[in-house]
Amino acid sequence: MSSPTRLPVTFTVNGEQREAWVFPHDSLLDVLRDVLGHHEVRYGCGEGVCGTCTVLLDGEPVSACLLLAVQADGHSLLTVRGLSSGGELHPLQASFLRNGAAQCGFCTPGMLLTAWALLQRDPRPSRERIRRELVGNLCRCTGYTKILDAVEEHAAEGIGGHD
Amino acid sequence: MVAAPFGYECVSSFEEAAQALQRRGEDAKVIAGGQSLVPMLNLRLARPAWLVDINPVGAGPIEDHGGYLRLPALTRHRAIEESDVVRRRCPILAEAAARVGNVRTRTRGTIGGSLAHADPAAELPCVAVALGAEVTARGPDGARDVAAGDLLVSYLTTTLEPDEVVAEVRVPTLGPRSGWSFLEMSRRSSDWMVVGVAAVVELDDDGTVAAGSVAFGGVAERPWPVPAEVLADLLGAAPEEALLQRVAERAAAMLHPDDDVHASGQYRRRLAAVLGRRALAEAAARARGHGGSAP
Repeated sequence: MSSPTRLPVTFTVNGEQREAWVFPHDSLLDVLRDVLGHHEVRYGCGEGVCGTCTVLLDGEPVSACLLLAVQADGHSLLTVRGLSSGGELHPLQASFLRNGAAQCGFCTPGMLLTAWALLQRDPRPSRERIRRELVGNLCRCTGYTKILDAVEEHAAEGIGGHD
Repeated sequence: MVAAPFGYECVSSFEEAAQALQRRGEDAKVIAGGQSLVPMLNLRLARPAWLVDINPVGAGPIEDHGGYLRLPALTRHRAIEESDVVRRRCPILAEAAARVGNVRTRTRGTIGGSLAHADPAAELPCVAVALGAEVTARGPDGARDVAAGDLLVSYLTTTLEPDEVVAEVRVPTLGPRSGWSFLEMSRRSSDWMVVGVAAVVELDDDGTVAAGSVAFGGVAERPWPVPAEVLADLLGAAPEEALLQRVAERAAAMLHPDDDVHASGQYRRRLAAVLGRRALAEAAARARGHGGSAP
């Protein structure tokens, strides 16, 4: 059996370089929340199913509960806090607000990041494509229709993929 | 839920991975995408003493070698799903990759990891068995090739030695007269299949069946290839609905799936007959239309 020792990791979170000493078994989710204070990344299921801990790793959505913090070493992370800038909501967030797409709000960061990453790939996705992409983000308020409306409306504004 | 402590070693080649596995002994596990392993760690269903992380090895491009595609073991599902060469040359693999888990699973999950994990309800092993894919396993003393059907033994069990790691996967390409179908039934669209089927049908000039291969997932302890003697009924015959139904029902009748929380064994067998018929029909229709087009 190994004797666990902490390892140094360095990654950027929302453009800012962060360092931490982590055990190999620490999840990225625990390190982001408990060490670095990113409480917008949320613990839901711990199995990669619910999507509340979604972060973007080099621009791609991943479950922070299934990534070891050591595996994020040298990579770039985006949390929902990195979407807005200077106190201004990102237009996708504004669309969520307009459409009433957040109820309790627990799933919202994961929904926003997954939708944002989709719009980088496909700025004008069909409703079916949005639905399929968001299938791994659960909303227990069951507010799915408004969430699809919000992403679709934002995409129709034609500004997805330009920020 | 928090994983129990383990030691961690990063390697930058499959040779190093095999050496690390040999050095660490049987309590070491390879981590690739981690989309099946890490949930098991978090739930403490698995408690390895060491993890050997092969992610730094990286994945080179998917290569077209004519009769087959060569996929580095660390090729992510998302890369397969979106690859032009896969969609053109082996569209059934792209379709199956697109059905794996959710977008985060596909961002991280790898084809080598999926085969080494050997979940009988997983999409890629089902296609690998149907097509007769081959795997290269790297051990401390060199590499060996093994057919996917011989790699996969039972639930989460393969013929890999404890110090072997999957290095690459070779998947046969589909010819111009071949049609394909990958269908699955799952409770929610990101779930594992209750039953899934991968089918390829090749037609002759006169529209009769020249060759066929079919494998089912979710119905046994590993992906189940329909025996050649059952598919032989198709050979030389026109792929008409009644014939396809008879073949699918004969194959399904050979199954004895287990009951579990998702479905009864009886329901699974019925699904296999229905999905088998639909898959054969879709594959034959695509073969007629030279419809090997991407999903």
